[in-house]
Amino acid sequence: MLDAIDKKLLAEVADLHEIPRGAFNIRKNGQGVERNTTANIDIITKKDKPGIDVIIKPGTKEESVHIPVILSESMEDMVYNTFEVGEDSDVLIVAGCGIHNPSGEKAQHDGIHEFFIRKGARMKYVEKHYGEGDGGGVRILNPKTIIEVEENATAELEMVQIKGIDSALRETEVCLHKNASLIVTERLLTYLNQTAESNITVNLLGDDASAQIISRSVAQNRSKQVFHLNMRGYAKCRGHIQCDSIIMDQAQVSSVPEISAFDSDAQLIHEAAIGKIASEQLTKLMSLGMTEKEAEETILKGFLK
Amino acid sequence: MLEVKNVGLTLKGDEGEVQVLKDVNFTLEDKKIYVMTGPNGGGKSVTAKTIMGIHQPTSGRILLDGVDITHKEIFERARMGIGYAFQQPARFKGIKVRELLEIASGKNASADTCDHLHDVGLCAQDYLDREINASFSGGEVKRIEIATILARDLKLAIFDEPEAGIDLWSMQRLTETFEKMNKKYNTTILIISHQERILDLAAEVIMVAEGTVSEITSREKILGEISRLDSDCRCRRDCSRGGKAIAGCDR
Ligand SMILES: Nc1ncnc2c1ncn2[C@@H]1O[C@H](COP(=O)(O)OP(=O)(O)OP(=O)(O)O)[C@@H](O)[C@H]1O
Ligand SMILES: [Mg+2]
Repeated sequence: MLDAIDKKLLAEVADLHEIPRGAFNIRKNGQGVERNTTANIDIITKKDKPGIDVIIKPGTKEESVHIPVILSESMEDMVYNTFEVGEDSDVLIVAGCGIHNPSGEKAQHDGIHEFFIRKGARMKYVEKHYGEGDGGGVRILNPKTIIEVEENATAELEMVQIKGIDSALRETEVCLHKNASLIVTERLLTYLNQTAESNITVNLLGDDASAQIISRSVAQNRSKQVFHLNMRGYAKCRGHIQCDSIIMDQAQVSSVPEISAFDSDAQLIHEAAIGKIASEQLTKLMSLGMTEKEAEETILKGFLK
Repeated sequence: MLEVKNVGLTLKGDEGEVQVLKDVNFTLEDKKIYVMTGPNGGGKSVTAKTIMGIHQPTSGRILLDGVDITHKEIFERARMGIGYAFQQPARFKGIKVRELLEIASGKNASADTCDHLHDVGLCAQDYLDREINASFSGGEVKRIEIATILARDLKLAIFDEPEAGIDLWSMQRLTETFEKMNKKYNTTILIISHQERILDLAAEVIMVAEGTVSEITSREKILGEISRLDSDCRCRRDCSRGGKAIAGCDR
């Protein structure tokens, strides 16, 4: 059922080389092709719209859910997924979309992922986007992620998009309640004429809520990137945004910071930097025997790791 | 093994072109240890960077074992066996100590890698998997910089003020390391330094001031030389250029 291209896409987006263990749902070209549930994790197809409900029982520990989506032909696909992460559970959720578009047509995947991280739970969510195909068809991704992090709960988000996607608009909205915490790491590389926009809004609603966003990106050729990172503190909370971009060739990068405090005990920091690869880093690597190109690749690889 | 012949260098600074080196001449012989010293801003680092190929000389020639390397690129000189430990080392977001040392040695990290870190007074266990980012202290990046040169198999190793920021406890080990590198690997070593302790290692001392080699001499002579220069130099007492640019100073 899964062919070589599917497997390659799966390996890229979900680090999956085989059918995964634990709970999973593989969606291919708009249809579910494989699913597995466990005693603690149930996956149910939505009745009113395309997508699934993933329900993780309270207290579930060290289990994982993989929900890769693969598109291997030109089409438009839209999913709504809801995740219920039960109280005091500790889980890894790996989502991702791999597009192999051999046609000259467009392939588009839009997804809305909604998460409820219940009290005291911990969730790590990894989302990777990867595109390939040489037909000149346009690959478009518009993921939207909405996360509610309840008291004492933790959400860790890792969002990666390396090349391959021609147009991406990523919307992420997080609400953090009392003593809840959030760590977001974002890695983005665009090249050719690609465009990518990432809008992240974090609402720190409860006392002692904390959030950290670390965004690193590389823009090459004539690609364009826009970041709107917005943190809003409504309580005694801490928020830190670090946004670092390397710009090359004729690329364009805008980093638009926004921090707002609605409580005098809110502490919010925004740091943003855009610049070329540091020349002293290039010089050092060349003085160890690397050509300029090798040095450049080594620095970018490290930066995006 | 290295011949620097009539090397001149003009760089573009903020205030236009500045001649930073003029008529630099010296020769390094196989397997010897040299120390280069002289006043701040005299041109030591610029000389070292010109040997490494980071600056291309505006005039003159540089030969390595008889081969003209004047117009070779940095990586070509590196592959021919020249190494330079920077006075101000770069930091790398996302590159670990292990990775940088692997790039330096061209091999996977091994017991040797731990030895190199040990030689600069760092514990491999604590450092190999750390990123060389802003969290490193000044002395730590400096030590790692030196280790990247120890990790390489070099004909000529240049260390630019290796003692700067290195604590007193580690100095002894460092000088022993230079001697070991010199004996075991037959590496010619050029150390830029202001430290008497390091001057002790020198077979010859190369004195650089005002953008040129003013003297090639012994350790004993140089200590007297430095005090004379300090008191005699009219340039330094009432320099019309604020004592900054050595170039063009006609006194
Ligand atoms: N890139 C550059 N552009 C313009 N001027 C430069 C540049 N690099 C160095 N210089 C100037 O060249 C001169 C020599 O600098 P150099 O760094 O070689 O000094 P140094 O002898 O190593 O001094 P120190 O003992 O302080 O390290 C100084 O006047 C310096 O300001
Ligand atoms: Mg110097």
